[in-house]
Amino acid sequence: MVSLSINGKQYQADVPPDVPLLWVLRDHLGFTGTKFGCGEGLCGACTVHIDGKAEFSCQIAAGDVGTRKVTTVEGLPATHPVKAAWIEEEVSQCGYCQPGQIMRAAALLAAHPDPDDAAIDEGMDPNLCRCGTYPRIRKAIRRAAGKTSPGGAA
Amino acid sequence: MSDIVRVTRRDLLKSELVLGGGLILGFHLPVLRVASGAEPSPDVFAPNAFLRIGPDGLVTVVINKSEMGQGVYTSLPMLVAEELACDWKTVRFEPAPVDPAYNHAKFGTQVTGGSTSVRTEWERLSKAGATARMMLIAAAASGWKAEPKDCRAENGSVVHADGRRTAYGKLAGAAAKLPVPKEVALKARADRKLVGQRVHRLDSPAKVEGSALFGLDVRVPGMLTALVARPPVFGGTVVSFDAAKAKAVPGVKAIFQVPSGVAVVAADFHSAKRGREALEVAWADGAGAKLSTDGMLSDYAGLASTPGAVARKEGDVAHAFPRAAKRIVSDYAVPYLAHAPMEPLNCLVDIKKGSCEIWTGSQAQTWDRDAAAKITGLPPEKVSLHTTLLGGGFGRRANPASDFVSEAVHVAKGAGAPVKVVWTREDDIRGGFYRPMWHSRIAAGFDTEGRPVSWAHTLVGQSILGGTPFMPNPAADWIDETSVEGAKELPYTVANIQVDLHSPKQPVPVLWWRSVGHSHTAFAVESFIDEAAHAAKKDPLEYRLSLLPAVSRRRGVLELAAKKAGWGSPMPKGHGRGIAAHESFGSFIAYVAELSLDSDSQLRVRKVVCAIDCGEVVNPGIIEAQMESAVAFGLSAALHGAITLKSGRVVQGSFDDYPILRMGEAPGIEVHIVSSTEAPGGVGEPGVPPVAPAVANALYAASGIRLRSLPMTTDAIRAERRKA
Ligand code: FES
Ligand code: FES
Repeated sequence: MVSLSINGKQYQADVPPDVPLLWVLRDHLGFTGTKFGCGEGLCGACTVHIDGKAEFSCQIAAGDVGTRKVTTVEGLPATHPVKAAWIEEEVSQCGYCQPGQIMRAAALLAAHPDPDDAAIDEGMDPNLCRCGTYPRIRKAIRRAAGKTSPGGAA
Repeated sequence: MSDIVRVTRRDLLKSELVLGGGLILGFHLPVLRVASGAEPSPDVFAPNAFLRIGPDGLVTVVINKSEMGQGVYTSLPMLVAEELACDWKTVRFEPAPVDPAYNHAKFGTQVTGGSTSVRTEWERLSKAGATARMMLIAAAASGWKAEPKDCRAENGSVVHADGRRTAYGKLAGAAAKLPVPKEVALKARADRKLVGQRVHRLDSPAKVEGSALFGLDVRVPGMLTALVARPPVFGGTVVSFDAAKAKAVPGVKAIFQVPSGVAVVAADFHSAKRGREALEVAWADGAGAKLSTDGMLSDYAGLASTPGAVARKEGDVAHAFPRAAKRIVSDYAVPYLAHAPMEPLNCLVDIKKGSCEIWTGSQAQTWDRDAAAKITGLPPEKVSLHTTLLGGGFGRRANPASDFVSEAVHVAKGAGAPVKVVWTREDDIRGGFYRPMWHSRIAAGFDTEGRPVSWAHTLVGQSILGGTPFMPNPAADWIDETSVEGAKELPYTVANIQVDLHSPKQPVPVLWWRSVGHSHTAFAVESFIDEAAHAAKKDPLEYRLSLLPAVSRRRGVLELAAKKAGWGSPMPKGHGRGIAAHESFGSFIAYVAELSLDSDSQLRVRKVVCAIDCGEVVNPGIIEAQMESAVAFGLSAALHGAITLKSGRVVQGSFDDYPILRMGEAPGIEVHIVSSTEAPGGVGEPGVPPVAPAVANALYAASGIRLRSLPMTTDAIRAERRKA
């Protein structure tokens, strides 16, 4: 039995403690917004917040989360500036990587409220997007940071 | 924080059932009934298979194309809504069931591919909307005892010239009783309100909330999860397997052989994965074990020196080439490539007595449905396939062999329970159905001015269509058009042209990969023309233009991209600009790529300026996004992607050794759309082909290094520098 704090609520799942958090979220608790892309810490599709920091949920055993607070994309309010910016900049294509991108971006902005392009590139580096939405992710993060894009080329 | 929620599997399944009823995935049977001719509800107006208007005024557009990022869940409803003259805010989308009513207008089967969605649906969906509009006007007019000609449709209501107005929802019931008009008139271009506008995507909110349902997210009560152990060598088979250790893994329910390998069925993904790791299988590798990329490269180069099946012949290359003032012969090579959609392949199958239900992100619903019917022995109409959102497709989810769907049906049949088969990333990267590897040799002769007088292009690579139901037993001289597309229609003026094709058979399964044959032919042709320009000491843009007709759409995009990119303006040392253009899927695209190369041979593409002429435009925002996407997809292949084989085994396994473009590598991208009234062209694929040659040409401009093999890795550049 593993006990987890997810999006402000306490959950218990009847799983061995070594099961990755990703699969407890998806298969046992129904939080399917968190995606599986590689299971190896190589793509970031599974990114969640653990105590506010962006982490690969595929790389942490559910039993190791302890009392730390997990936030998934479902737990990030719809009015969060990152989610709003994602809609405004029309970031999503297939959309599969986007929950992970959004969680990574939200954690980045919480730590660096006004990142420049280099800081965005570095902060977002762990998350891959096969649809190539990177230029719009940059724009959306700048928008969420309260800055408007300098226009023209991405 | 005191409310402890204990979630049991049972609760989860119960809540999912509730959730399932409210999902806008639209697994609605009413649509199926409309499509098959049965009576819809009397208050719902469904004049055709593509459109329903409810008494609440909501407009549901039924979409027969799979949404994999390219925006069809927005662009196609826009076509309906334009003619329907409804309020865009009332428009909803719903994926179509499998039914002949939803067949591709040209291909005669339900499929999303060939960048055809807007091209083939424009007329049908516009007429669907216009038909509904006429019927709503007729319904309102008859209610008012007025003439239809005195009424018009406007923003979701019918309005009479005297100011009376009724909303569509209130007219739906009456309109449903009217005869469907045979002839409908479409709006004049100048009267369009929605088409051509930058409309926000309808699928964005769910994708941002995390509620969007992909195949991997769907669950049904009692569902199990399976992984399949597949042969490590293409064409290999199971000799025997020992399931004892795997069965001991908690959660593992069943292990059995299926045609593609050995299935490990478990309560959840993690248990299935642990079970598969513990499974011991003895494989017979077969002839495929002899295959290695090195060997294939030399075989292909050897074949390129011999005559192949003739795809095009004009003039006499054999006569002209030896007599030319100057000759250039160059060989280009590209590797196998995996599609690597972000969502790994998966398919959920629930077989009951007399029925089979499938949930998956399919691009080819009829093929997949029919394959399932064959395996289950059910008539096709007893098999329903629910198309979920696709976490990327790029062609991988449209397979005439129905590989991942057939396999899941076999597994569900063997398990006697609903099963979702999930592929890991390694399964995906090693699973075949790649873009074929290709070798191209172009041998051209030039006059004293450097203009080409003779052009011979020999291509060597596997056929995608040969051996499929499209062409089960190809003759030796058969030309798979998808092999030579983009090479055969050489756009430049040359008097003597010959295009030859060798289609060697290999055990490696191949498939269309975003832009299909164009993905390799554009690299060869647009690299070679650049080489020819430099050999003639001409500017690469001017040289191309000098070989094109005075008025052509290709010229238009070349000139536009060059102008916007400041072609010819000075650049810092170590920087270079390259240009390339290509026509595919009815659209013309030119890129100017700007890159820098440092002393450590690190290449960085800094900016890509794109000009696209795709004819009439539905939604410029989606076109820009597709060009950005194509640049990233093209750069992944140009700089990183290669599937290689050693003793028949795929060397790569995940994103560490099959890298795709990362955030920090993504260039700034500018997209310029040519305003055009030409017939609409495709946008999902055409942006990919000219990326690699634009980058290769920019690398040459920056450094004098000409790379003729993809990918253009740092190691490849270093090797060239050592040679120099
Ligand atoms: S699924 Fe966790 S990093 Fe890819
Ligand atoms: S939007 Fe498709 S992978 Fe990022």
